[in-house]
Amino acid sequence: MLTSAFSFTRLRAQFIKEVLSVLRDPRSRMVVFVPPILQLLVFAFAATLEVRNVDIAVYNQDAGRWSHELVQRLDSARFITHVRHVDSQWQLHEMIDRGEVIAALAIPVDFSRTIAAGDSGRAQVLVDGRRSNSGQITVAYLSTIAADVGAEVVPDAQAPTPVVVRHWFNPNLVYRWFIVPGLTGILALFSALLITSLSIARERELGTFDQLLVSPTSTPEIIISKSLPALAIGTLLGLFMISAGVFLFGIPFTGSFVLLLASLVLFILSVVGIGLMISAVSMTQQQAILGAFAIGVPAVLMSGFATPVENMPIVLQWMAQAIPLTHFLIIVEGSFLKAMPPGDVLASLWPLAVIALATLTMATVFVRGRLQ
Amino acid sequence: MQANAAMAATPTSAVAAAAVVIEGVDKHFGKVQALRSLSAHIHYGRLTGLVGPDGAGKTTLMRILTGLLVPNAGRVTLAGYDVVRDNDAIHVASGYMPQRFGLYEDLSVMENMRLYARLRGMDADRNADLFAELLDFTRLGPFTKRLAGKLSGGMKQKLGLACALMARPKVLLLDEPGVGVDPVSRQDLWRMVQALTDEGMAVVWSTAYLDEAERCESVLLLNQGQLLFDGPPQQLTAQLEGRSFRLENVGAERRAVLTEALDLESVSDGVIQGAGVRVVLRGGAQASQIQALADRAQVALAPVPARFEDAFIDLLGGGPGGTSQLAERLSPVELGSQIAVSCRNLTKRFGEFTATDQVSFEVRKGEIFGLLGPNGAGKSTTFKMLCGLLKPTAGEAHVVGHDLRRATGAAKSRLGYMAQKFSLYGLLSVQQNLEFSAGVYGLEGNTRRERIAEMIETFDLGEWLSATPDSLPLGHKQRLALACSLMHRPPVLFLDEPTSGVDPITRREFWTHINGLARKGVTIMVTTHFMDEAEYCDRVAMLSRARLIALDTPDALKRAAANVEHPDPTMEDAFIHLVESADREMEAAA
Repeated sequence: MLTSAFSFTRLRAQFIKEVLSVLRDPRSRMVVFVPPILQLLVFAFAATLEVRNVDIAVYNQDAGRWSHELVQRLDSARFITHVRHVDSQWQLHEMIDRGEVIAALAIPVDFSRTIAAGDSGRAQVLVDGRRSNSGQITVAYLSTIAADVGAEVVPDAQAPTPVVVRHWFNPNLVYRWFIVPGLTGILALFSALLITSLSIARERELGTFDQLLVSPTSTPEIIISKSLPALAIGTLLGLFMISAGVFLFGIPFTGSFVLLLASLVLFILSVVGIGLMISAVSMTQQQAILGAFAIGVPAVLMSGFATPVENMPIVLQWMAQAIPLTHFLIIVEGSFLKAMPPGDVLASLWPLAVIALATLTMATVFVRGRLQ
Repeated sequence: MQANAAMAATPTSAVAAAAVVIEGVDKHFGKVQALRSLSAHIHYGRLTGLVGPDGAGKTTLMRILTGLLVPNAGRVTLAGYDVVRDNDAIHVASGYMPQRFGLYEDLSVMENMRLYARLRGMDADRNADLFAELLDFTRLGPFTKRLAGKLSGGMKQKLGLACALMARPKVLLLDEPGVGVDPVSRQDLWRMVQALTDEGMAVVWSTAYLDEAERCESVLLLNQGQLLFDGPPQQLTAQLEGRSFRLENVGAERRAVLTEALDLESVSDGVIQGAGVRVVLRGGAQASQIQALADRAQVALAPVPARFEDAFIDLLGGGPGGTSQLAERLSPVELGSQIAVSCRNLTKRFGEFTATDQVSFEVRKGEIFGLLGPNGAGKSTTFKMLCGLLKPTAGEAHVVGHDLRRATGAAKSRLGYMAQKFSLYGLLSVQQNLEFSAGVYGLEGNTRRERIAEMIETFDLGEWLSATPDSLPLGHKQRLALACSLMHRPPVLFLDEPTSGVDPITRREFWTHINGLARKGVTIMVTTHFMDEAEYCDRVAMLSRARLIALDTPDALKRAAANVEHPDPTMEDAFIHLVESADREMEAAA
């Protein structure tokens, strides 16, 4: 009899159908291909946040050696195109106001004398607050140069944002080192969530879900056939982001790749379960997409990606433990930067396995529930 | 210039009397020609039917008349206003009820009416009289507080009508008001429209049901964007006088007789009517061949009055032949028992609401069994329980001896299912759809390849294999859906409103296959809104308010409804009679 509870022929037919549906559906295709490309573009763009080709105004009231030295160094600094010399404080303000320069340096009369006396020379820097980001970076560069001549630059209050100088540390690099591993998890989360939440809803809109339910195929077969494409695509996306992190952004990968792969698979499986639950209760694809975002966005916010889990109220901390992304983030960030030992990875891996088992079981119950 | 000349040629009085004047209207969407040089007049005080199969251009024309679409060529005036230039005046002069419920489902009946009144610039508080009148007219008075989304199909249409009538339009445009409405509610709608035309309003009723066309005073018959006929329906049917016949009381052999009749050269169209077979001869053909067939089958041949549908099919060049290639290839179905489908005390409750209440019946092997009932009577709930889409709250259902509760897989592998709207994977090609349905029923290796090849050949799908189902012509789409549901040779086939939204020619082809399958012993379970399709059934189960109120052959049901007023009732009359008498009994009991 061809009515066993499990049949590879039926599973294969459904798997092919699912893969074709994902690849041929413009909505699913967008979910699969657009975010990773967009992320890459965003980060390629972020890399150019470094300040280049700016003009600086200098009002040098000091005729001494050290101020001369400082101006010389500014002249030869690669990020500065022109150093514009002015004769009054008023002109400095003018040039900033007109946007001709991004920053202006006012060197006081006693600058060289102070340094010669062994103190730290002080020069005032005015920054165009309208370009606060580049301005901050420029100040950082200026202070590095100033430090070389034994001086300090003091930002002026004209900048509307407080400019922190001393704690400066290349922000782009840190930001990326932190964010790219995390993105691996988020990309995999949303692609798997959207692909699976669309899958049943799409069939319901077409009316083919009834057709599937009247066939002898069993609920586990439906779940498996709908999980596999999402699993494959989610894993590939995750790997794509990991390799982009390693090869494109040069983030040191210090952990175990095998363990990371295993946790990626478990992570996506747990997300697939959630996606299928959303899909089982959605009547339309629109509802499914809304549902996916309603679940996905809070999950990201509570996962520790943006704010550390330890800083949350205790109830939210418990809830965060039920979010698969929380555990995966620990593993993926640890694998990249901390050379996380296998024991620590396993400590976060088993909760993922438990969540995956729970969500997939619930998805099966939900789908079966459609038959009631 | 030409149009002006034509205008001058028509008597001015006729133009003045016309509510709508359509002159040489063309409309295309991209490459699709929706309307081709259409010219017609619609008059006041008359019910004009806009008739044609799906995709004929009815909705496009409606939307042009209401000024929602601009024609590519030609001009239209409504109540004297040009629909393009005097667009604002059109909205006042016309009332439009769109095909899909154009009301707010989350507002109550009264809130919807007040909203529409305000949209029309009326003071909702000052028009209490008008509201009362409309509520009385539509008999919605008791339901003013109910949410529009919770109304039945028929009540929604009535509310839509009330809103369209709000500003007392001169021309009322109703786009397929009969769709999804059971015969009882439909009768109500007819009554209301009749009252409106008596007051002098011009009413346009678009429909794909050809039996509705017969009730209109004048008809515009559209097919593929072209006007095939303009005039009173009787005029068209009169052309077919003397060409319609019925083979009376053919009985068990009626399917074989129909097949033979349709294969005759002189017969252009034929359908089953209860125990009889109704045929239409080709233009100029003699009745000798059909008489010979009647003699062979030893049945009487009687002339019957022509119907509008006969004329329509004739205009399109006749229906398909009678032999189903599909059934020819099928080997007869062998079953252990003579009962293919059975249910006992089948009950389904959704919370407090009982959708199906203690329904029991048995369906014999090779029978075509129809489930009929008004909207919300529980026929689709019952149907879904029988094919395993819903679990019954109580009672049991068996398919080919397998209990649907316990041996779900075994039962499901023995049934085929075809839903309305064809339920095909739009993202997959025709070939991939066929591969999928073979695979999901566990067909492997050679069997699978042979079956798919066979289906492609039988249904002539060869040249469409890499196309998507949505790009197929309607007829081919239906064939593909049938091919997919029959891939695993099920002894029982479930058809859920299989022909809704399908033109009469495609419907005929479909029934040719179904008849062929039944002759091979395949049991057919079917739900339908088309009363003439109920005539194809061996037996019909009539459901009303969740209960089985009648179960008999179509002829017996019609006989039971016969009275002095209707000596020869139609299936629709029988339906209304049964539902109304069941309601009366219920009320008497309560």
